[in-house]
Amino acid sequence: MKLSAKQSTLLVLILIIALAPFFFPSAFYFRIGSVVFVNAVAVVGMVILTGYAGQISLGHAGFAGIGGYACALAPVYLGLHPALAALLGALISAVLAYLVGRPILRLKGYYLAVATLGFGILVSMVLSNETAITGGPDGIKVPDLGLRAWLVDRGLKISNSQFWYWFSGLALVIGAWLALNLHESATGRALRALHGSEIAARTVGVDVARAKLIAFVISAIYASVAGSLIALQNRMITPDIAGYMHSIEMVTMAVLGGAGSVLGAIFGATILTLLPQVLTVFQQYEQIMLGLVMMLVMIFMRDGLLPSLVARVRGRGE
Amino acid sequence: MNLLTVEGIGIRFGGLHAVRDVGFSLKAGEIVSVIGPNGAGKTTLFNIISGVYIPHSGRILLESDDVTGFDPYLLARRGMSRTFQNLQIFQAMTVLENVMTGFHLRESGPVLSDLLALPSSRRRSREAESDARVLLARVGLERAAEREASALSYGALKRLEIARALALNPKLLLLDEPAAGCNAVETEEIDHLIVDVAKEGTAILLVEHDMKMVMRISNHIVVLDHGEKIAEGDPATVSRDPRVIEAYLGTQGQDANHAHG
Repeated sequence: MKLSAKQSTLLVLILIIALAPFFFPSAFYFRIGSVVFVNAVAVVGMVILTGYAGQISLGHAGFAGIGGYACALAPVYLGLHPALAALLGALISAVLAYLVGRPILRLKGYYLAVATLGFGILVSMVLSNETAITGGPDGIKVPDLGLRAWLVDRGLKISNSQFWYWFSGLALVIGAWLALNLHESATGRALRALHGSEIAARTVGVDVARAKLIAFVISAIYASVAGSLIALQNRMITPDIAGYMHSIEMVTMAVLGGAGSVLGAIFGATILTLLPQVLTVFQQYEQIMLGLVMMLVMIFMRDGLLPSLVARVRGRGE
Repeated sequence: MNLLTVEGIGIRFGGLHAVRDVGFSLKAGEIVSVIGPNGAGKTTLFNIISGVYIPHSGRILLESDDVTGFDPYLLARRGMSRTFQNLQIFQAMTVLENVMTGFHLRESGPVLSDLLALPSSRRRSREAESDARVLLARVGLERAAEREASALSYGALKRLEIARALALNPKLLLLDEPAAGCNAVETEEIDHLIVDVAKEGTAILLVEHDMKMVMRISNHIVVLDHGEKIAEGDPATVSRDPRVIEAYLGTQGQDANHAHG
């Protein structure tokens, strides 16, 4: 039986997640792996917004911040379980994305990038300055999700970093599955159509403003869930998560791997998460490196690393 | 009853009257052509009727409803569909997917069911796919279905746009130079296709430079020059009209066949 593009993408992803631990030199790599997966969840959201619909957001870290801080604050102030707090964060992110996106996406052009830039900065300022509630720049503790303890109670011996590796991996597979479903559905075709030609999309009956808003809200939920996962896994969160650099990082990861493809975006997230771990020099000059990567990709590989490489290999094969 | 009524339409770009006080009407199953030299305002008129530009004066009635200034997606819901002079293809999609977007209005459903690939969502996509294949066969592109649209020739893309526009099952179809860049055989195929579509009851508004085609298939011709209507009538009347001959065919040209503006 021939696999569809969706099935083969999911299969590759599941195999990578399942087999990678066999090559881990130390348990520390479970930790790195889970960070890669969480970043990839956010970047899959960017694929829907940027790769499918062709819209740019420079403030998606703001939604990650909301998702993250929801997990810290909702258990304390509302007595919610951390899992429900993450859901609440996703809901708040969706509503805010709707409220920010609705007026902006009626306009043509790059207003979304500018508006989201402002939104992201606003969220990170609130998180830094409302010290009484958020703990300010030093961050705040996040309660335990409790799922690992539950599993251990039932006899599953699993370390904390192993648990988060598999849990984030599962979240990524689900996120990728949803994005791939969308890609080949009527909604996904409408998004890709407006990316290709907005005027032609309108003439076939696509309500372009609504379609963009759908992509924006969905991608905000992805970022929010990623933020919640970071918070729950680190058991603490700082305003850096909502920072401008984090937003740029998300866009760069998506563009580097290939914003149009889910697997490419995951690839981009992997490279840019691993590089600072491997090259300490990258850590020091992260901002310069991100800028450089973005420029080089835009100049030499407009479709992103993975699609360009695939095209090159195929071109040679024929 | 008229399907489309255009009344006193005018639009200015800066100080220039690109279209001035143009009016005509169209019934179901009729083929009406708009002709005129380059820069006469044909495409501008198309863009006004299809909601891309908002006119400064006049109004557009679709089945007696005033739809002046409606966004193209609302006009699509009311049964209007169009192609573009400068192709507007979804380059990154396959030929099949391009036509499937034409079924957007019939195919789209709740976003959540699309995200979760619920059976209802997959069924809608399957239906759109099989309907799209029928349309691709109709324009002779069935064998290119799985190819990237960007890999097609210009003439094939013209037919792809027609297939996508037909997917809306329109009451009114606007075709902006459908035969441009096509060879004689392709032009004749498009010619037959347009006549067939009109026979099924769709009203067709056509802009075309190929005068043979216009004269052969039009029920009615509207002639524009410098944004104004200078004549209208059946092909025989229009081709004899001295103003038309002067403005459009050139003073030396009785030979309408080679009258490229």
